[in-house]
Amino acid sequence: MWGILRQKVVAGGGSPLVRIRPAVSALRSYSSAAKEMTVRDALNSALDEEMSADPKVFLMGEEVGEYQGAYKITKGLLDKYGPDRVLDTPITEAGFTGIGVGAAYYGLKPVVEFMTFNFSMQAIDHIINSAAKSNYMSAGQINVPIVFRGPNGAAAGVGAQHSHCYAAWYSSCPGLKVLTPYSSEDARGLLKAAIRDPDPVVFLENELLYGESFPVSAEVLDSSFCLPIGKAKIEREGKDVTITAFSKMVGFSLKAADILAKEGISAEVINLRSIRPLDRATINASVRKTNRLVTVEEGFPQHGIGAEICTSVVEESFGYLDAPVERISGADVPMPYAANLERLAVPQVEDIVRAAKRACYRSMPMAAAA
Amino acid sequence: MSSSTFFSSSSINTIKSSCFTTENHSSIIPTSSFLGSTHKLRFNPLTANSPTRFIKNRQTHIVAVSDVKQKQLKSTPFVGNLLITKEEGLELYEDMILGRTFEDMCAQMYYRGKMFGFVHLYNGQEAVSTGFIKLLKQQDCVVSTYRDHVHALSKGVPAREVMSELFGKTTGCVRGQGGSMHMFSKEHNLIGGFAFIGEGIPIATGTAFTSKYNRDVLKQADCDHVTLAFFGDGTCNNGQFFECLNMAALWKLPIVFVVENNLWAIGMSHERATSDPEIWKKGPAFGMPGVHVDGMDVLKVREVAKEAVERARRGDGPTLIECETYRFRGHSLADPDELRDPSEKAHYAARDPITALKKYMIENKLANEGELKAIEKKIDELVEEAVEFADASPHPDRSQLLQNVFADPKGFGIGPDGRYRCEDPKFTQGTAHV
Repeated sequence: MWGILRQKVVAGGGSPLVRIRPAVSALRSYSSAAKEMTVRDALNSALDEEMSADPKVFLMGEEVGEYQGAYKITKGLLDKYGPDRVLDTPITEAGFTGIGVGAAYYGLKPVVEFMTFNFSMQAIDHIINSAAKSNYMSAGQINVPIVFRGPNGAAAGVGAQHSHCYAAWYSSCPGLKVLTPYSSEDARGLLKAAIRDPDPVVFLENELLYGESFPVSAEVLDSSFCLPIGKAKIEREGKDVTITAFSKMVGFSLKAADILAKEGISAEVINLRSIRPLDRATINASVRKTNRLVTVEEGFPQHGIGAEICTSVVEESFGYLDAPVERISGADVPMPYAANLERLAVPQVEDIVRAAKRACYRSMPMAAAA
Repeated sequence: MSSSTFFSSSSINTIKSSCFTTENHSSIIPTSSFLGSTHKLRFNPLTANSPTRFIKNRQTHIVAVSDVKQKQLKSTPFVGNLLITKEEGLELYEDMILGRTFEDMCAQMYYRGKMFGFVHLYNGQEAVSTGFIKLLKQQDCVVSTYRDHVHALSKGVPAREVMSELFGKTTGCVRGQGGSMHMFSKEHNLIGGFAFIGEGIPIATGTAFTSKYNRDVLKQADCDHVTLAFFGDGTCNNGQFFECLNMAALWKLPIVFVVENNLWAIGMSHERATSDPEIWKKGPAFGMPGVHVDGMDVLKVREVAKEAVERARRGDGPTLIECETYRFRGHSLADPDELRDPSEKAHYAARDPITALKKYMIENKLANEGELKAIEKKIDELVEEAVEFADASPHPDRSQLLQNVFADPKGFGIGPDGRYRCEDPKFTQGTAHV
């Protein structure tokens, strides 16, 4: 009975809890696209294939087994691989993250799921001190092939303690690799690369993207498909302004680019994919082409990803900039609950459009900030 | 004296037993053995009538271990009623002398400016390290804290490598990258060296998990390696400790949790910080045996350790062992050590494990003064040589700064031909079976 109920809920499109879906799904029809795949299925298939290819890969986390995953990402894996490889843990982030790191020291390849990355703060000592720094502290003797994955950033209506974005936190630490997929292709390719990678990888997903469908080519569906870590993707080419984004904001940036195109501004949208190592080469090459930059992120502004990108561009391509770098980020407040306030606290498509226009010196004087 | 009455649980001493049953060794009911320390034991490390006790987890049947030993050993007259042979005794003695001499040399070098930063010395606790680690195989794993020099030495890391590491030279066991608090050795399976207390416990649980996973999932039937996690009394109030007791018992992992209870966490005494200071009791609360042992007596520690390690190797799960021990020096070389009572220090100094073992070996005719002196001399020379080696070693090269941040910088793996895999055009051809 439970199984049927669950399937109904999943078929309904997503987690058991009510979510406000994005208004328009970011569907782009490429000419050769045959299949469509949701991000959830992409992650599930990536985990499935990697577990089947390498018996050292195992999953651990809360509700990953019998509950089929808090967001159904690990659906079906318990039945397929058994409880020895898909471990339901007690609610002890520090403990089980440390256990994962210890197992990785010894050659296994754990994939540790955090129900949301907010909970990773209980385990951050192990992510930073035991995992990230170990290869360096042991002079290369002990590497840690572990993946920490889970939803990151704002969902819808979940309040301040469940909406924090950790991209800036983890990407400031040397020894970690931080990945932020957007589409199904990103999700599959980057997760497979992360699992095969011999270093600790923090894999920041987004809950609202789980149910979104993206077209995937046959190459993406191949079981050896991997994307390189440290390379950004230019989602849309343009010549007037560069917009960098990651995760859900890529979708918003693409919509903004459509709107800008109607007004004669051709925006180049870069999907960062990898926050650490940051693909400075691609960003700088793009800025040198367009001469204007807008960085978009959902997290808090101070010491955020946009700040780092701006500095990188100023350091390397200052002479090419024709306008100050525009930085779009979430509001500098803990996330409010009320729906209208939440909308104000997170970047919207209009904010990106306005910022791009400002960068192009085509805007009205700025509207008052919240 | 007053601080140790917790551990002499008088209520248990008054219960006498009548017989010893062999079902103690079948693993249907987990047993917990209690070797309580009493006043009598403190100054005579091992006498034939030491009142030690055996307690079953869920029954009140109590037995004296010494009775067992006497019965068993009586059948092998050539061993007598001793717990060690001469070779074992000399090995234990040498290891403890190495630990002590090394740590004393560290103090000297620190005050001469050759070593710097945080250095935490192990003087006085050698019985725990020697008693446990000398029972292990090379594949068994030791996870330690920042007080890890002697754990490293007991596990087999050469003294010269440890000394070089402390001096920050490139010939150190981690090429000078870690220092006193971060000793790692893959070859000897020494995992840290962790500065945060409690950090090593989940890591140790993870390596024990790997052992079980190798056996159950990867079908390496002969993989029975055991992990020892060493940590202190202060750590036992930390959440991670309890989380791991739970998971280790839940999944029956081959791990032994060794508490080096030296009664002080820097300047915080154990009683001031803990609601129930008897740490061994926390084991049964999670479903594993909890044992208390006199950590100043290497032979007692060794007996308890043998049983716990065998338990883990058999697959019967974890054990929590509390060793009552003491550090003769301060928490670190920067600690003025003003809060500890001099009489307490004197009391434990009289229970020095090295002196105790020496006395035992001489009284039981296992060795004579000359042999023991020869060992001390040998170790002195070894440590001196280690210092010379470390002094003569070069500092790390500048290029070492950026090395080893990642195992693989391009995030993709280096293929068998030595080139980065992502540059190989054939890389996306499928190989996995789904």
